[in-house]
Amino acid sequence: MLSLLAQIDQPSFVRPEIDWHGVAPELLLLGLGALVTTLDIIFLERIRRFMPMLTGIAFLIPLIPILTLWSQSEDLPRVMFDGAYVIDRYSLALKVLFLLSGYIVVLLSTDYMAEGDYYDSEFYQLISASILGMVVMSSARDLISIFVALELISIPAYLMAAWRKRDLKSNEAGLKYMLMGVFASAIMLYGMSILYGFAGDTKLSSIATAIDFGGDTAPIVTLAIVFTVIGFGFKVSAVPFHTWAPDTYEGAPTPLTAFLAVASKAAGFVALISIVLVALPNQADVVQPLMWVLSAVTMTVGNLIAIRQTNIVRMLAYSGVAQAGYMLAPLAVYGQEFNETNPANAIVNYLLVYAAMNFGAFAVVLLGARKTRSGEISSYGGLMNYAPGLGAAMTLFLFSLAGIPPVGGWWAKFQIFNVLTQNASWAGISLAVIAAVNSVFAAFYYLNIAKQMWFMPEPNEDHTPIRFPAPLATALAITVIATIVFGILPGITGDLSDFTNLAAR
Amino acid sequence: MTEFLNDWGISLMVFLPLVGAVLLAFVPAKDEESIKLVALVASLATAAVGVLLIWNFDFDAAQTLQYDVNTGWIDIVNARYHVALDGISLPLIALTLLVVPLVIIYSWNHIPAPGNPKVFLMLILVLHTGMLGSFVAQDLVLFFVFFEVVLLPMYFMIGVWGGEDRLYAAIKFFLYTLFGSALMLVSFLALYWSAGSTTFDMVELAQEVAARDISLTTQVLIFGGMFLGFGIKVPMFPFHTWLPDAHTQAPTQGSVILAAVLLKLGTYGFVRIAIPILPEAAVEWAPWIGLLSVIGIIYGALGCLAQTDMKRLIAFSSVAHMGYVMLGIATLTSFGINAAIFGMVAHGLITGMLFFIAGSIKDRYHTLEIKRLGGLLVQAPRMGWILGFCTMASLGLPGLAGFWGEFPAILAAYNPADGVSQTLFRVYMVIAAIGTVFAAGYLLWLLQRTAFGTPSEEFAEDPEITDMVATEWISWTPLLILIVVFGFVPGIIFGITNPAVIEGLQALSQGAR
Repeated sequence: MLSLLAQIDQPSFVRPEIDWHGVAPELLLLGLGALVTTLDIIFLERIRRFMPMLTGIAFLIPLIPILTLWSQSEDLPRVMFDGAYVIDRYSLALKVLFLLSGYIVVLLSTDYMAEGDYYDSEFYQLISASILGMVVMSSARDLISIFVALELISIPAYLMAAWRKRDLKSNEAGLKYMLMGVFASAIMLYGMSILYGFAGDTKLSSIATAIDFGGDTAPIVTLAIVFTVIGFGFKVSAVPFHTWAPDTYEGAPTPLTAFLAVASKAAGFVALISIVLVALPNQADVVQPLMWVLSAVTMTVGNLIAIRQTNIVRMLAYSGVAQAGYMLAPLAVYGQEFNETNPANAIVNYLLVYAAMNFGAFAVVLLGARKTRSGEISSYGGLMNYAPGLGAAMTLFLFSLAGIPPVGGWWAKFQIFNVLTQNASWAGISLAVIAAVNSVFAAFYYLNIAKQMWFMPEPNEDHTPIRFPAPLATALAITVIATIVFGILPGITGDLSDFTNLAAR
Repeated sequence: MTEFLNDWGISLMVFLPLVGAVLLAFVPAKDEESIKLVALVASLATAAVGVLLIWNFDFDAAQTLQYDVNTGWIDIVNARYHVALDGISLPLIALTLLVVPLVIIYSWNHIPAPGNPKVFLMLILVLHTGMLGSFVAQDLVLFFVFFEVVLLPMYFMIGVWGGEDRLYAAIKFFLYTLFGSALMLVSFLALYWSAGSTTFDMVELAQEVAARDISLTTQVLIFGGMFLGFGIKVPMFPFHTWLPDAHTQAPTQGSVILAAVLLKLGTYGFVRIAIPILPEAAVEWAPWIGLLSVIGIIYGALGCLAQTDMKRLIAFSSVAHMGYVMLGIATLTSFGINAAIFGMVAHGLITGMLFFIAGSIKDRYHTLEIKRLGGLLVQAPRMGWILGFCTMASLGLPGLAGFWGEFPAILAAYNPADGVSQTLFRVYMVIAAIGTVFAAGYLLWLLQRTAFGTPSEEFAEDPEITDMVATEWISWTPLLILIVVFGFVPGIIFGITNPAVIEGLQALSQGAR
């Protein structure tokens, strides 16, 4: 009682120091998003046509402060709120990834939304909100800000998944995604609350010191870790928590599926990296085996089920599950002794390449569906004959996803293998071998689409060429170039995440 | 000039075909003549650069890496763009430079169904870059990238232009090879980290592995990963099953390139990477490699005797011939490995020729079923004679190139390197020698059933069956001449490879001490 009184006597709330330059990207995105919404409310139908363009610009402008922050590298890392919010090269690289992802999703949505008679302005505003959550997530080093960012990402996504409200499948998609997402959040929150209860602080770096006893992890902490990881397992669609993904991906509007498969999953990984590497650096005895099993099961089950799929979006969904398995793999061998290559570096590299190639594949799916009105893999028959450019681009993305040089995917996989073999530990090497075998399963179903495009005749003898709307063509061009550059000059991503260290531990 | 070659020669050679492929993309698909011309010019220009390189090659110092270019590429993982040429790569580079233009000339009037020479030739040129790059790469990561680049074009060549069962053959080829190379990559990385290395450079890595005390178990396991990667490509028994399918279904051009060059990527990998870097593990593995080689020799020969399709028969004969090459490598002696490299070149020339002939027979008869063929010497006497000549070369007749691949490899097994069981290899030697009898059996039987006798009724009056045409003469003559030349003067190749092979085996002799 006395202590409480003593607290009251203390000087009341003091505003913590805010680094306005550091949070400029977030503030700009927030302001521009609000501005776009206001414009929509004022001008209604008259401005609807310009909404995608305005939203796209709103995603590009915050890149300017990111660039200036990047160029003043001697000031990095910038730390705010006593280490709860950190701006370093790692988070800046991720912010660029998320903003560009947002831009590409807008490009993918433009024609889809305009032709579909949906509420298009609101769609873009929700995407802005979700992207803002991701940008915040990159810097969050505190349980509360991570949780808030995660909900800011997820809640708009629940709405958007059910956007085609006259379609039963879309309703199913939205409902499943929301129920599973809320369930996952609840479990994660329970885990986080135990961590907080144990550490007495929500800051990740404080948790790390509070739960470190220099030896085995306490059982209660183990429980907290398992719950938290399971919560993120839902977000990144790791097996056995992946069951929502295929139905949601198939039912949701296709551009939103691309958004979920790439950006939303990346955000989940960012949070997972922050928590594991910053809050649990000494809990390798619990986290490593957990991640080993999650990773091995996720990649194997995802790949094996993907082989059976006949719908391309479902196939990409399961392939995304498998790719999540590869990305989890480095966390199975993380630890203190890494000095040259750390797991976060490999995962972020993977995310960058994965974003380029997966967005590209979805752009092709959208373009293909404009002609065939079908998501079946068999509808890709003869694509090389009537749309050789599109076919070549898709071939590029598929081989990249399968990890065949010289396109980007090989570099992503290489980084994963590189981390896994680093300590020459049995756990690492055995997981690398499992991943290598899995890449053969994966090649089978990616090649299945290549087979349709190259070797099979057109269904219905329909040879009309595909019309390329400008936004989709732009998205395709960006992703093709990125995929090739990542493959031939992998040093480019290397430079970005070379500085990956989660500063302010 | 020399300076230019030193700095840019190899890179120019490797990437010229790719430039050709990009140029082809801009030629309209209807203009087939220009397409073929551009492809031919690109491959000839590549060959010209290659000839210049070989001309200026210092043969007295064939063991050193020449035209060495070593610049940064992926700094973050210490992978470098390091290319160079030495006595081991040179014969294989020369073989590649020769075969690809010949294949393009052959394509002049033999574009397989469903046509589209533009994409077909683009794929061949991309393949060319991948093959040349693999033979000059001196960095494991760079090697891996080139090694994988060849997968794509070959997959599409088999899948689009192949025979009836092409889809199955294409995917089988791809998945087998990918499985091997994925594990190969893991073992490269495991090697890098367990050696505590700071480079993927093949030569430096070998030195670091030698300097560091890596446990033998680890070495043996890492070698196992490489063994899968290279062994599947060779292909060694029991991983050979993709080869007959791929060869049978591939278009003629694909079969020729596959037989002449692609299979050599596997054996080259053993000679260049696996053995010099992990000599101690190589000694442990040698008996097993030898065993699989002789099984391959006998199994391939028996497989040949059971075939009803000419192309499939030649494919199985490849399994047997690559068995001799691998036996030579498994001895781990300079004599055996020299023989193996000779065997690679000889097999490339001879089996390449056999696939060319099979393709031309298919064009005329529209079948390769041995039962339905016959009387080739009556209907197309010149082609019949060439077939006879090539079967003789293939079964290892002294005086032709095939002999110098097989005979020294068998001989080398008499006396393998220190630490490898002599008794065991002498048993292998006997089995391999018996294999040559089988080889004579199936090749002569093939010749008898296809070339001798009278033409069967269904083809007797067929006006499509003509003798050699101009493109066939142009594309085949160089191969035939070289088969004779190397048969009489084998020293040409042995002289180039020997110093480099001895250099590569140095680590082995040091390790054994």
